[in-house]
Amino acid sequence: MADALALYLRLVGAQARSQLQYRMSFVLDVTGVFLVTFLDFVAVLILFENVPSLDGWTLHEVAFLYACTCISFAVVDLVIGHLDLFPRMIREGTFDVVLIRPRGSLLQVIAADFALHRLGRVLQGGVVFAYALGGLDIDWDPGRVAMVGVMLVAGGLIFAAVWIAGATIAFWTVDGGEFTNTFTYGGNFLSQYPISIYGEWVRRFLAFVVPMAFVCYFPSLYVLDKEDTLGFPRAFQFASPLVAVAAAIVAGVVWTRAVRRYRSVGS
Amino acid sequence: MRLYWEIARRGYGRYAAYPAATLAGAWTNTVFGFLQAYILLALYEHRTDIGGYDPSDAVTYVWLAQALLMTVFIFNWYELSLRIRDGNIATDLSRPLDPLWYWLAFDLGRSLYHLVFRGIPPFVVGMLVFDVRLPENPATWLLLVVSIALAVVVSFAFRFLYNLATFWLLDYRGVSRIAVTISALFSGFIVPLPFFPDWLEAVARVLPFAAMVQIPIDVFLEQAAGAEIAGLLLLQAAWAAILLGLARLVLRTAIQRVVVQGG
Repeated sequence: MADALALYLRLVGAQARSQLQYRMSFVLDVTGVFLVTFLDFVAVLILFENVPSLDGWTLHEVAFLYACTCISFAVVDLVIGHLDLFPRMIREGTFDVVLIRPRGSLLQVIAADFALHRLGRVLQGGVVFAYALGGLDIDWDPGRVAMVGVMLVAGGLIFAAVWIAGATIAFWTVDGGEFTNTFTYGGNFLSQYPISIYGEWVRRFLAFVVPMAFVCYFPSLYVLDKEDTLGFPRAFQFASPLVAVAAAIVAGVVWTRAVRRYRSVGS
Repeated sequence: MRLYWEIARRGYGRYAAYPAATLAGAWTNTVFGFLQAYILLALYEHRTDIGGYDPSDAVTYVWLAQALLMTVFIFNWYELSLRIRDGNIATDLSRPLDPLWYWLAFDLGRSLYHLVFRGIPPFVVGMLVFDVRLPENPATWLLLVVSIALAVVVSFAFRFLYNLATFWLLDYRGVSRIAVTISALFSGFIVPLPFFPDWLEAVARVLPFAAMVQIPIDVFLEQAAGAEIAGLLLLQAAWAAILLGLARLVLRTAIQRVVVQGG
């Protein structure tokens, strides 16, 4: 494990250095990422210009959901990347090289897709989080503080699991990047708003089969002391860590299976 | 002309070659359409009219915006940047072809493919599930086609311009990301411009981006009539001419001082 971590840091460090070479472009890039995600939040602000609340959630409560999702998503994006290069590895046959190296395949794929500019997204999540807290009157007992920490970690783990499981689609379709985006970016987008606003089957599929409701919605109900209009058991608000672990196990199994049955495109 | 027709066909074929990617993309547009539609509908819990949109207008907006996303190609077009960065632009410049017209013809061919295969299928799904409004006046369909074509040209010229920045910056990611974000928001793709606060909508209306998404949607929703529609289309045409002119100018400057990369 320590060996894997050291290797990861080394591979990622090399890429960070190379990405700092075009200095001007890097600065623009981080600014760009920050702006992109920030304008994303401007959309939320614009919506709330028109209404006082969204299905019973105020602007600052939605901002809280938004920020928590964003931070989980952004940290995962930074640490494991979104495996964008992975379908190309399959298509061009370079995944073969990964397999003959004496290290875990997942580790190598993750380390190959590091982009330092994704810090911009983490930064933005932090800014929105501060904004949300500024407008909310939360009774900060130890349980709630702990829940925020648990939520961010579990949320990140769920995103990572979805990403990895999603990426394995490329083993079968050779080119599946866009399809996976529905679950990752789509999940992130979905999770920024209270899931009670979505239509029944969208909610069933994206919130429970792909367990996006556990990234943010259920834990936030507890932190913000809100009633669940959907009427789910209160235990759901504490279930995120279990869901996250289960998701991670599923993703791990899917990945291992997929690698085992992988046959090179041979080009 | 024949030549550019052939190039446009190549643009169409370049994307038609990957049907699986198209299918996955259309699926993505559909899922995002659903999410966006539910978010906007949630706003109508308090109101029956927002900026002149009733719930039916709002969902129509959502599915049209999804249909236009790939047609006008708001996100991630950096083919020209890549050719500048790896030096292939030198080959392009030595061909007896004008790069601006070449890429425009290619992009028009591409946009037709994306309209038909990335735009229409999600729209049809949206129509089946939501209360989408179709134009009452049949002539609106014709105006829509003209408006979309102009939207593609405006968007193309804008993309061409920020891609040209690669000549000076040597890397394209930062500039293109900022350009994409600004155009996504101010085109009305993320939130319809009528939902903006008045002052911000006024700003958005004088920028070229509204010509990429919001104006074709205005035309389709028949919110404007007669002379007003003519005015909207003229505005699009004017932006197309201005941005193409600007692209021509920047391209000329770039070529005069070009340093070809790599080899």
